Amino acid sequence: MTVAVAAKRGAKPLVPQPLINLGLVKFHMAAGFIFLIIAMLWGIFYALQLNNLYPFPGIELFSPGRVRMVHTNGVAYGFIVNVFLAALYWAVPRLTQRRVLSDLLGWLIFWVYLFIILWTVVGIHLGYAQAVEWGETPGAFAANGSWLFPIDELVMVGLVLIAIQFLTPIFQFGSKQPMYVSLWYFSVAFIWVILTYAMGNYLPEFIPGAGGATFVGLFIHDLVGLLVTPLGWGMMYYFVPSLLKKPIWSHAVSLLGFWGLAFFYPLQGVHHFIYSTIPMFAQFGAVVSTVAIEIMVVTVFINFFMTLRGREIAPVTNMPIRWFYTGMVFYVITCIQCAVHVQFWAQEFVHFTDWVVGHAHLIMFGTFGFWLIGITTDLWPRVVGRKNWWSPALHEAVFWMCTIGLASMFVALTSAGLVEGYLWKGLAPWEVSLQSVRLIWLFRTATGLLMFAGVLLFAFNMYMTATTPEGEEAALGLKVAAPAK
Amino acid sequence: MENTIEKFQFIFLVAGIGFFVLAFIVSGVVTVNALTNLPYTTLDELSQDVSPYFTALSKQYPEQFEKYYPGGPTPENYREALMLARNTYIGEACWHCHSQQVRPVANEDVRFGPVSTAAEQQHELMMPQLMGTRRVGPDLSREGGFRSNDWHAAHFYNPRSVAPTSVMPSYTWFFDGQQPNKKGLAMIAYMQWLGTNVER
Repeated sequence: MTVAVAAKRGAKPLVPQPLINLGLVKFHMAAGFIFLIIAMLWGIFYALQLNNLYPFPGIELFSPGRVRMVHTNGVAYGFIVNVFLAALYWAVPRLTQRRVLSDLLGWLIFWVYLFIILWTVVGIHLGYAQAVEWGETPGAFAANGSWLFPIDELVMVGLVLIAIQFLTPIFQFGSKQPMYVSLWYFSVAFIWVILTYAMGNYLPEFIPGAGGATFVGLFIHDLVGLLVTPLGWGMMYYFVPSLLKKPIWSHAVSLLGFWGLAFFYPLQGVHHFIYSTIPMFAQFGAVVSTVAIEIMVVTVFINFFMTLRGREIAPVTNMPIRWFYTGMVFYVITCIQCAVHVQFWAQEFVHFTDWVVGHAHLIMFGTFGFWLIGITTDLWPRVVGRKNWWSPALHEAVFWMCTIGLASMFVALTSAGLVEGYLWKGLAPWEVSLQSVRLIWLFRTATGLLMFAGVLLFAFNMYMTATTPEGEEAALGLKVAAPAK
Repeated sequence: MENTIEKFQFIFLVAGIGFFVLAFIVSGVVTVNALTNLPYTTLDELSQDVSPYFTALSKQYPEQFEKYYPGGPTPENYREALMLARNTYIGEACWHCHSQQVRPVANEDVRFGPVSTAAEQQHELMMPQLMGTRRVGPDLSREGGFRSNDWHAAHFYNPRSVAPTSVMPSYTWFFDGQQPNKKGLAMIAYMQWLGTNVER
């Protein structure tokens, strides 16, 4: 098929190039998991601060506030976007039957992106963060006016390059014929992220108070809703049918889900500032569209679980499918939570509390983290040229460590949030609210350690799979030999 | 023709650009437009009114103050201190654990003070805005004058010394030894400034 496609386009018919550049998939995936380990470790450090057990007290470079920002940015940009790029280098050529625009451009994007994340980490640790949640990457100028590095501009250029890289094959394929569902989501994600990034990183610097908060709210929300969510669902629409070897249940429902997301998601940003000084009409509008998005959530959920009909055993036997469907369950919990806690009556006592932190962990790790681990479970052995994982059995342990860790962290943070919310509303002294959640915060640190251990085991399995010589016998031999060493 | 909705051009233009621009206008531009008649205050104007707490700092820590803010508590020095403190507040992620908005619900006006208004936030120290989305510690938008300079100095150096259950980090790098340095003086001045632009 590859040869035929290449020949049809007249591109180097004598030396057919592989459809997929496995090197790019491999490097983005590996970088993603390295950053996940760093980001989770930083998250544990910050959790220890809330236990008053911070390991590096009094060291300016490791100021806990800075560590917190590296945690969120590392997860979002270092892990999630990197592994999504890896998955895109795999899925887009297969869906469009065309290579991405250029391998050279791919490597340029990889190294530039690596530089951007490293700069973000270094810049935040040096104290140059920007006051935009999820967008703390330092601006071109430090807040005191001294010149730093035009990193936002470099990000903009990089995002345009990424869009060109993937939209070229999508355009060549999809401008003449109807595209598969995954490509709908991919087509919009690349342009949405360019617009979102420009909006969130420039406008709040020039608009004070409530007006700036409006755009910060839109940015926080659109980054999840218009980049991570469409890429995530696009991947699910590709990987789930291909692993189950059966089509998605209903094409009409797929259409409804996509257009529901596209229309309602961008309208919701202000719901991050309910009861703030932002004009109330904007707050009411955001709440209405947040409830409306549940249409999309419910349709997509039904679509995927109906697809599972007749293959109900797949989440037990097939590891990637298990990660995907567990992630979908967490997704639905998160979204139902959204529709409820966005209400004004709930915002009264839920806003500002640990409830929100639990919500964020559920969606970022429980859904997108799980999906990306699932995708990696499927792709990694093939990418590094192995038949199977070094230890398929280890996946079982990783899955349960992550699932139990995350679920208990969610329950802990949600209950801590309720305790805080009611104590604050009841005018209890501030220390009482801190004392009341002290043990919950200790438990939260433990759940984080459990998740971290799971991810470490997964990364170890990735490393061993990549470095163990080919052949099942050799793999078995090393597996026995490893503990003795 | 019925396949148009699944082709690249339609999806890219309608969903990718159209819906985003629609939401940008409806949620963003219209909202910001509703706020444009509120007067905006620059930091130069704010710092003309030097806080008595800033003057008090120059008496409490005379050597340190003269070293870092030579010339005494002038508007220029006050401006420099507020700017440095606001940048430190951002860089240390203070805004991830402290909000700067009092909501009209959950008895917040009883606990913290008058409910925040859009008008009071139209000044240079709120650009970028620092309303915050999480409270590990209390709201700070009414902090000015609520506690003494000494309390703040002790609290920044070791929060547990004045608030035994606090989980706030010790900001020892705001100090030379045990005397507040440029950042420390600035942070205390900023804490004492917050909310002083509101009638109470």
